[in-house]
Amino acid sequence: MPKYIADFEHPIVELEKHLNDLKKNPSSTKKSYAREILRLEQEIDRLKVRVYRNLTPWQRIQLARHPERPQFLDYLSELFQNFIELRGDRLYGDDRAIIGGLANFNNFRVMVIGNEKGRKIKDKLEHNFGMPHPSGYRKAARLFRLAAKFHLPVVSFIDTPGAYPGIESEEHGQAGAIANNLRILAGLKVPVIAINIGEGGSGGALALGVANRVFMMENAYYSVITPEGCASILWGDSAHAPEAAAALALTADKLFKFKLIDGIIKEPLGGLRGEVLSVAAQLNEILLAALTELTGWDGEKLADERYKRLRKIGVFSEDKFYELAQGMRLIKGE
Amino acid sequence: MPIRDWFNKKKIRSPKQPTSKRTVPVGIWSKCADCNKIIYQKELFDNHFVCPECGHHYRLSAWQRIKLLTDPETFRETESGLSAKDPLKFKAGKTYAASLARAKKKSRLKEAVITGRGKINGVTVGLAVMDFNFIGGSMGSAVGEKIVRLIELSIAEKLPLIIVTSSGGARMQEGVFSLMQMAKTSAAIGRYQRFGLPYISILTNPTMGGVTASFASLADIIIAEPQALIGFAGPRIIEQTIKKKIPEGFQSSESMLKNGQIDMVVERGRLKSTVSTLLAMLTLGEAANA
Ligand SMILES: [Zn+2]
Repeated sequence: MPKYIADFEHPIVELEKHLNDLKKNPSSTKKSYAREILRLEQEIDRLKVRVYRNLTPWQRIQLARHPERPQFLDYLSELFQNFIELRGDRLYGDDRAIIGGLANFNNFRVMVIGNEKGRKIKDKLEHNFGMPHPSGYRKAARLFRLAAKFHLPVVSFIDTPGAYPGIESEEHGQAGAIANNLRILAGLKVPVIAINIGEGGSGGALALGVANRVFMMENAYYSVITPEGCASILWGDSAHAPEAAAALALTADKLFKFKLIDGIIKEPLGGLRGEVLSVAAQLNEILLAALTELTGWDGEKLADERYKRLRKIGVFSEDKFYELAQGMRLIKGE
Repeated sequence: MPIRDWFNKKKIRSPKQPTSKRTVPVGIWSKCADCNKIIYQKELFDNHFVCPECGHHYRLSAWQRIKLLTDPETFRETESGLSAKDPLKFKAGKTYAASLARAKKKSRLKEAVITGRGKINGVTVGLAVMDFNFIGGSMGSAVGEKIVRLIELSIAEKLPLIIVTSSGGARMQEGVFSLMQMAKTSAAIGRYQRFGLPYISILTNPTMGGVTASFASLADIIIAEPQALIGFAGPRIIEQTIKKKIPEGFQSSESMLKNGQIDMVVERGRLKSTVSTLLAMLTLGEAANA
């Protein structure tokens, strides 16, 4: 499979290619050759810092969607032990776009659930590119309830472009399945911790994300609509997606600033590629701290806290004078 | 209403693809946008903006809907001063600020939902009605907040809750703030439902996206007006994804009914009496429980 290169990475890749060619054909005299290699290496490092430290929201989305980016199952095998997968919605199917089951995390027993996209073509098809059908949400709902029954905290990993927009998914009640998960999660009497590891595509992502603590990877995004969708509505052209991405304020730093998430997990320069080891320690620490804190709480307090967190979300204006004037008009019978 | 009438429903016409752009034609005489027959405006008006010829349901404004559902002079608006802000300073092509200003002028509303207390055949209810004329009835922070405050008021006063939706979904100009209103409203409905109070949702054309995927689908009883567009993903997105034309009647009230996603399709003229009957059925035991 050819290596995936995002548009904005081409200058770096060009230089790297040049460097490799040079290394393969040492034609010049020894001294100037060594100097040229060193110069190129330094230039590549400088360029990487310049590019990756100043990522635009659209560029971050490229990293969040990067085919080499680690997925839920990578985190699952690195951070959790003794995973026992629980399958099926008990209605008609088992949607592989959402995977869940019992596992150990340090000294905790947890219910761990996440979106899986799949990496090879065959896996992608099996997991439907991480886009769940109602059956997936209903399986998740079943596992949420199971977790509550057996007093297990829920840890969820979000990584979906969105709920699958298809004929069957609509006919089987995609909207109702998502809504039901929002309601169940909000009222769940066990700790819920959500981590957005890549794509947070709208309601389809939120359906695993109503939590007591919400974290995001540095290059993950969370959005009410895909930038492409937003662009085609507002400009009639999805080519404006980069501008839409900037307008939607969908990156981790923005959401942290707006207090919509609790923390950001730092990624290596250029974003995660093919491994989770570089973030495993951070994730372990964050998850452990959250679980340790929330485990002592009783069920009511956990659900109440989740409600209070949601209750605070929203920016609006309140015109009490207008309200008063409306009331006066009514009394006067206008 | 005699029980017999409940089951004596008119045969439902084969659903056609609902359209969202149809507004009430103007003039004394006008041509129906659906059946093309000439209709007398007054007759349309008296028929709650349902075409007397073909039964096409024209879109109602929130206030027209309130008038249709509540007893005269009984509706009292709550949180009328609540309206949107622009937390992201959203600009994509045009600014959100400009869209808001235009929506206010066009709809003569402060936001895309009206909430309040009103009586339905003598029974006081908490009522929210969305208005598609205000940025497509989209749900941003203010809409979510107004709905949640109504739910909380209905809990405090033990009122049945009726929400009439007409919305394209979450309001993208407020980004994740809008997305989170889905969770906020769904959580509030979950709380409301612990008190054994009835929540009836009435889906009208169109009800899509984040509104369908939150409070609208969580009602104890879900009613839809005939031939409304109801769903999660928009038809265009679905066609782009599956690279096929979507079938006739897909995402209509009638297909939702057939697929088991809603309880009933009710014509506008029978909406108030239906809600009233349901409330009587669901709340008779309330006094004993209280
Ligand atoms: Zn007609």
